[in-house]
Amino acid sequence: MTTTLARHAGPTVRAAERRPSLVRLSAVELRKLLDTRAGRWLLITIGLVAAGIVTLQLLYAPEAEQTFANFFIPSLLPVGVLLPVLGILSITSEWSQRTALTTFALVPRRYRVIAAKLVAVVLAALASVLASLALAAVGTLIADATGGAGSWRIEGSLILHAVVFQVASVLMGAGFGLLLLHTPLAIVAYLVLPIAWSIVGELVRPLHRVAEWLDTGRTMEPLFGTEVTAGQWGRLGVSLLLWLALPLAAGLVRTMRREVA
Amino acid sequence: MIAVEQLTKRYGRHTAVDDVSFHCEPGTVTGFLGPNGAGKSTTMRMICGLTPPTSGFATVAGRPYQQLPNPGRTVGVLLDASAQHAGRTGRETLAVAAATMGIHSRAVGEVLDRVGLGESAARRRVRAYSLGMRQRLGLAHALLGEPQVLVLDEPANGLDPEGIFWMRGLLRDFADRGGTVLLSSHLLREVEAVADRLVVIGGGRIVAQGGKDELLAGTGTLVRARDRLALRGALEQAGLPVSNGTDGLLVGADSEAVGLAAAAAGVALTELRPASAGGLEQLFLTLTAEAGGHPTVAPPDASRSTATGATAQPTEETVR
Repeated sequence: MTTTLARHAGPTVRAAERRPSLVRLSAVELRKLLDTRAGRWLLITIGLVAAGIVTLQLLYAPEAEQTFANFFIPSLLPVGVLLPVLGILSITSEWSQRTALTTFALVPRRYRVIAAKLVAVVLAALASVLASLALAAVGTLIADATGGAGSWRIEGSLILHAVVFQVASVLMGAGFGLLLLHTPLAIVAYLVLPIAWSIVGELVRPLHRVAEWLDTGRTMEPLFGTEVTAGQWGRLGVSLLLWLALPLAAGLVRTMRREVA
Repeated sequence: MIAVEQLTKRYGRHTAVDDVSFHCEPGTVTGFLGPNGAGKSTTMRMICGLTPPTSGFATVAGRPYQQLPNPGRTVGVLLDASAQHAGRTGRETLAVAAATMGIHSRAVGEVLDRVGLGESAARRRVRAYSLGMRQRLGLAHALLGEPQVLVLDEPANGLDPEGIFWMRGLLRDFADRGGTVLLSSHLLREVEAVADRLVVIGGGRIVAQGGKDELLAGTGTLVRARDRLALRGALEQAGLPVSNGTDGLLVGADSEAVGLAAAAAGVALTELRPASAGGLEQLFLTLTAEAGGHPTVAPPDASRSTATGATAQPTEETVR
């Protein structure tokens, strides 16, 4: 009995002492985004929506406007609506499917799991920008062949802004997921609260100035153009503090303390 | 390997786990027994760092669970077989765990074989699994990291008799090779067959713990005769403590003493056997009745007085 244990103790004990690296945990979380039907279809839908928009432009946009930049920009918004859902699901499915029980039993330092999830969804957001670029390229090639403008010119800042937009969107979703830990609640809150806030900010005169700083619908708008002024970056930063940093921080505290059952 | 020290968990005014202490040693299977709602699962979740205790602490392999660098390689945990993503296949569920622990994916196939989940079952989504299959998958998950300790909450739930028999063999084998097993159940019979030690919990408190043989031994002998009155007289004359059992007389002595006393009085016996887990079972039934009747915590002394003799006494005896 003792001898068997001693013989096994060597390699097993050493493996048990090696903490899973953040890179490995992030790879696991990326895999978990893809290995369920829900996750896979969400990603496929995001791709299809972007492709659909490029197709519509090929069919209906004036030929002179069929440029690479013009194919790229419109695909960002619908993707930016769906990506946060991916961010929400990656967090809340652990609780709705009760896999938190096994996840946190394997990685008891919960913040490491959360960090890995955030890395995974940010990578997904970056991939979505690449997908948008690729689809825009296909659109441009077709436009070129069918008599459209087919211009390839694009400002580097446009791509950078797109990255900021998608990463911020997906992290906002993750923040809502962390805070509410409940899939339908988080999705509804994420979609409805900013819209409600936009409407209120629009209707209530004294809130006009506040809304300029806190309504992400407005503060993010400049990101669809090539130039964002320092003031606009400031407003964007302030609005993201409220809609991204705050839910993320409060949600992290909640997740760390929550009893897993 | 597992040390639980004065663990207490309160939810508002309700005390789910009250000052629970016990130890599990390498090479043994410890049965954690108690009726539903007695605090077994809460205790196990506290051991695994999933529920913060109100007071007290627990260690596994000498460390608080949260300080284990790669816990899956030290402790195999199965707390709820239903807590798996319904949309993942059985194989993928294990592959994700293997990737987390840094184990070669080859181990997944091996452990699936070991728990008897075939290729076609492994390819199906967990949604389509029966409870028994989920238990097997959960057990595979626990065994995947080749741990030295297993913590299993009601692992026999949903298994068919053949599956329960198989699992007993697996756990016995695991312990015989030096592993430590803590498994809970609300059925005495289920753990009796495999456990070396028993920890009995009721109303959040430990009411009995000790070696299985020790706990079950003190329960005396069951004896029957056509002439019940004569038998009773003979036993009382011999100075043996007698009480009425459901299907005979319960005597607080071993079979030899009872047989000799009956022979001396010339009473023919129709049955003579150890009363097996009668006493523990009675204690257990009392606990269950209390759990159903009163939500408040029953003092362990109350259950102790209704149980026969030595059953509940080894509480103080804890292996350290």
